[in-house]
Amino acid sequence: MVEKRPGLTFLSHLILLIGVAIVAFPLYITFVGSTQTSEQIAQSFPMSMLPGTNALETYRTALFGGFTSAGSQIPAAAPMMWVSLVSALIITIGKISISLLSAFAIVYFRFPFRTLVFWMIFVTLMLPVEVRIGPTYEVVANLGMLNSYAGLTVPLIASATATFLFRQFFLTVPDELVEAARMDGAGPMRFFKDILLPLSSTSIAALFVIQFIYGWNQYLWPLLVTTEESMYPVVMGIKRLISGESYTEWNVVMATAILAMLPPAVVVMLMQRWFVKGLVDTEK
Amino acid sequence: MASISLRNVVKRYRTGKTEIQVIHGVSAEIADHEFIVIVGPSGCGKSTLLRMVAGLEDISGGDIAIGSRVVNTLEPAERDIAMVFQNYALYPHMSVFDNMAYGLKIKKVPAAEIAQRVDKAAAILELGQLLQRKPRELSGGQRQRVAMGRAIVRQPQVFLFDEPLSNLDAKLRAQTRLEIQKLHRELGITSLFVTHDQVEAMTLAQRMMVMNGGKMEQFGTPDEVYSRPATTFVASFMGSPPMNLLNHAPGGKAGSILGIRPEHLDTGKSGWELQVETVELLGAERLVHARLGAEKLIIRTHEDQGAPAVGSTIHALPREERLHWFDAATGQRL
Repeated sequence: MVEKRPGLTFLSHLILLIGVAIVAFPLYITFVGSTQTSEQIAQSFPMSMLPGTNALETYRTALFGGFTSAGSQIPAAAPMMWVSLVSALIITIGKISISLLSAFAIVYFRFPFRTLVFWMIFVTLMLPVEVRIGPTYEVVANLGMLNSYAGLTVPLIASATATFLFRQFFLTVPDELVEAARMDGAGPMRFFKDILLPLSSTSIAALFVIQFIYGWNQYLWPLLVTTEESMYPVVMGIKRLISGESYTEWNVVMATAILAMLPPAVVVMLMQRWFVKGLVDTEK
Repeated sequence: MASISLRNVVKRYRTGKTEIQVIHGVSAEIADHEFIVIVGPSGCGKSTLLRMVAGLEDISGGDIAIGSRVVNTLEPAERDIAMVFQNYALYPHMSVFDNMAYGLKIKKVPAAEIAQRVDKAAAILELGQLLQRKPRELSGGQRQRVAMGRAIVRQPQVFLFDEPLSNLDAKLRAQTRLEIQKLHRELGITSLFVTHDQVEAMTLAQRMMVMNGGKMEQFGTPDEVYSRPATTFVASFMGSPPMNLLNHAPGGKAGSILGIRPEHLDTGKSGWELQVETVELLGAERLVHARLGAEKLIIRTHEDQGAPAVGSTIHALPREERLHWFDAATGQRL
């Protein structure tokens, strides 16, 4: 279909616009809702599609907590965002470091039981957090890691997907680079630091985005492992606002949701620039 | 002293339960400052031999000594050698300067000396303008020169070249060949150069090692290898078109093979009676493919001599002093 037919162009654009609308519309409603007061949301049906005037008040309440006009107490989202940020960063950096080193070992070294180790890592792909959650909780509780950053992050740090991704990438590095480095006198860790890591920067950036969003969105595990409000991540915070025991302040809920979406969006935008640049740059 | 000594070098590979031997006892003595070319067809083991000298492959048997040291158990970086790879093997994320400086940085050479050595090598190879570029911004020939620069700055005892010209186009190949010769004249470092191209071998070598099937068939100067080949393999490998090898030559003993090069057969009124099958016109010369009984021959004639018609009968007289005799069973020179 190389010829340009205006009818088909219009149709394809129309379909794309519909797709964008389906994705963007809920976000838009959330944003609009966060700018109104809870009375406005509760009373008007359907909800007004235009942004309201209550944005500043709503966001302040959502971020720093306080009492609303309807009398319910809103816990502050800011500390929860901090918890989310720290645990997401720990998970991301931990996952990437561990996977880089394991992929390096699997690709570049020969050691006893190498194949067995490789298949064991592969098997863990069939065991997501949810499958092993009971035993993992018991271990974490027995080690006294409940309500701590360690408890939130350590059981989630090992990653078979990241290991495979890096393994695949390392396999594309030509053998001659390894040999040239050997001739230059670079030992394995030197080679890893000076040559493999810079070459992997695109993969690292891509994985950073994926793992950060994974870490940020963790709900089930933090729900189990934390009992103190000070250690709740923000995704749990959103759920708690819709508890139903008292009047649900939908505007605050929506404001918190928007706040929860911001850091991952920022990470994606920043990293995108970096790894597109990396994609353009690297070609041997 | 940067001599190289290969003493009965053997290489075996083990795959599962089977063991195959790919290099069968190669021995050679290479003097300091010599430029040695190892030449042979694909799969003959020349790269494997080079890599054993480099330390990138283990030595299954025999010894390799560089200078007076036996280097069998030494790591490549400890052998005081430098290697130029077929695919250049430049670090893609580093600038040309950093590529050349990397080995020295690891050896903790002071920065000032690194800069001095890199600048000197860049001057020899005319890379001065390119020092801050990355490899992807260079042409193939420039990349190869950077690879050579990286080898030069190490100031090694031995240079190892693994088919460095194979990835270059024909014109660049000729140019880089001359640069390598110039480099050897200026620096005088013992060099081992592996290639499958006999033209490169003939033009670059002070002595050449012809290998076939893991064995060293002949080790001598280009002249010796060309005019007094030690085996039928060497005779037919060197020279283009290859030497004519006849199993049943007129006047030959049973069990021996006669070799005569295409340019050493003179067409005229007397000599062997040949049926012309094809004539190839190459401008300055002609290749006449002819038949002597059941065997085929190629004769190289000059453009001034008339071109014989296809199917006609011609006479060609081989020059007596240019006849080579080989044993039919062993292929060795008689």
